Amino acid sequence: MIEAKSLTRRFGSLLAVDRLSFEVEAGEVLGFLGPNGAGKSTSMKMITGYLPPSSGTAVVGGHDIVSDSLAARRLMGYLPEGAPLYGELSVGQFLAFVAGIRGFAGRDARSAVSAAVDRLDLHEVFNQTIDTLSKGFKRRVGLAQAILHDPAVLILDEPTDGLDPNQKHQVRRLIRSMAEDKIIIISTHILEEVEALCSRAMIISRGRIVADATPTELVRRSRYHNAVTLMADRLETAASVLGELDEAREVEIREGRLTVFPSGRGRLYEAISRTLAEEGIEVSEIQLEAGRLDEVFREVTREEAA
Amino acid sequence: MGNTLMIMRRELASYFATPVAYVFIVIFLIMAAAMSFYLGGFYERGIADLEPFFVFHPWLYLFLVPALGMRLWAEERKSGTIELLLTLPIKTGEAILGKFLAAWVFLGLALALTFPIWITVNYLGDPDNGAILTAYLGSWLMAGGFLAISSCLSAATRNQVVAFILAVVVCFLFLLSGLPMVLDLFRGWLPQVLIDTIARMSFLEHFNALSRGVIDVRDVVYFSLVIGVWLIANRVVLEMKRGG
Ligand SMILES: Nc1ncnc2c1ncn2[C@@H]1O[C@H](COP(=O)(O)OP(=O)(O)OP(=O)(O)O)[C@@H](O)[C@H]1O
Ligand SMILES: [Mg+2]
Repeated sequence: MIEAKSLTRRFGSLLAVDRLSFEVEAGEVLGFLGPNGAGKSTSMKMITGYLPPSSGTAVVGGHDIVSDSLAARRLMGYLPEGAPLYGELSVGQFLAFVAGIRGFAGRDARSAVSAAVDRLDLHEVFNQTIDTLSKGFKRRVGLAQAILHDPAVLILDEPTDGLDPNQKHQVRRLIRSMAEDKIIIISTHILEEVEALCSRAMIISRGRIVADATPTELVRRSRYHNAVTLMADRLETAASVLGELDEAREVEIREGRLTVFPSGRGRLYEAISRTLAEEGIEVSEIQLEAGRLDEVFREVTREEAA
Repeated sequence: MGNTLMIMRRELASYFATPVAYVFIVIFLIMAAAMSFYLGGFYERGIADLEPFFVFHPWLYLFLVPALGMRLWAEERKSGTIELLLTLPIKTGEAILGKFLAAWVFLGLALALTFPIWITVNYLGDPDNGAILTAYLGSWLMAGGFLAISSCLSAATRNQVVAFILAVVVCFLFLLSGLPMVLDLFRGWLPQVLIDTIARMSFLEHFNALSRGVIDVRDVVYFSLVIGVWLIANRVVLEMKRGG
């Protein structure tokens, strides 16, 4: 378990992380979201024992990150932002070094390295100098390094940044496959990733938690939740007719699409289908929306800024 | 101890993976030779010893050791690998010592590669080989002092050029602190006790005997203390500058 207790970090007069408190249990994949400069990386640096907190602390698997840092660090695998690596070394040399420091020797070290190489598909670059790798491969070497000792806690700062769609998919699958018995915290700017991967999403803005819920719950906060969006031939007419419905609160036309927001009374989708049929309006596309995470994201982080 | 050695090995692997190691060794050898033959008059003296070789080592190290040491921490900070290194389960002291030892061993290797000059004097005459060995060890010890200073100052910045300049200046002060010219700077506004202390801090002073093959325990203790104190300072600077 990870328990952050009023974790705070100042840089001079700037309050980068402001009394962050939360708990994460094994099996959870926690997504850190937030605008640039929100304090995601700073929080991760504190939890992994790199940055000392200005005040507060975190406890990882029973070990305080300030007073019992070494034991806490043993439990964690960490991919720092930008995946820094020792570029002069070959992938093999680098992973062997990390395996050594993680306490593997001889045959154990070789099998730990080769398991990580398998999981991230690094065979073809095993003997290549890290500096000469493409960005995606570098990121994967960084991930290999983080999972090498099969840690109970994985902290990944933008793990899929710079990866092509195939690689993104593969890394997400890897994270999902490890999620069962671990604590995984990832930070990302890719909102679909949160919906696809995380069991819990935490939105941070200006160093504070502004939302903490499952992605599904967050999406429900969107004003698009249960709204109906459609494309039709006579859009203006459709808008004025549908706006009159008791089931509709308001209508909006944007980018050639009509969105009808629910008033909460009755079943909107059925009412719309019925009305459009009665009016003889041709519908080319219609969809009931679950909600839009990006809209919730903008909403909660803007509120904070105001 | 295991961690220190692993860090040292990784660091050495980095040296030899780039041309840096080879360039450094070549320049070191050329300069060491040039100084002893041209400035020291190795042949002209007609004495079979290596004094003209060792006497210039402090000046050789003044620039070359900061050039080697400047990257120790500045580069880790600049590339961000320091975050990787210091979140591994190792003590900060092990990281500092491992990196220091790698550079020191490397300097030892460069020094050892000057062996042809030792063969030469044995060919030309009948030198005191015990004294030469002592002088070699003394020189290596002094190099360690320069290196500890460079390592500490390298932790103070992410800019290698700044680290280099700082290290050269501080090493220069340590070299010269015994000279009257430098002591005069302090005379008048520092108490005599401190001035005497400064005078006794000079690398030149402590290397003098060692370079002639005379082991004085005080000199050995002095250089060991310099290394120890600057590595402790290195730790303090590193902890202060974490993430800054
Ligand atoms: N070493 C530092 N010195 C001074 N300020 C810093 C330092 N590191 C971070 N900051 C500041 O702290 C704030 C939080 O930065 P942080 O890197 O945690 O943001 P982030 O949420 O990870 O952003 P991004 O999404 O861009 O990665 C920013 O305003 C940043 O400028
Ligand atoms: Mg960040």
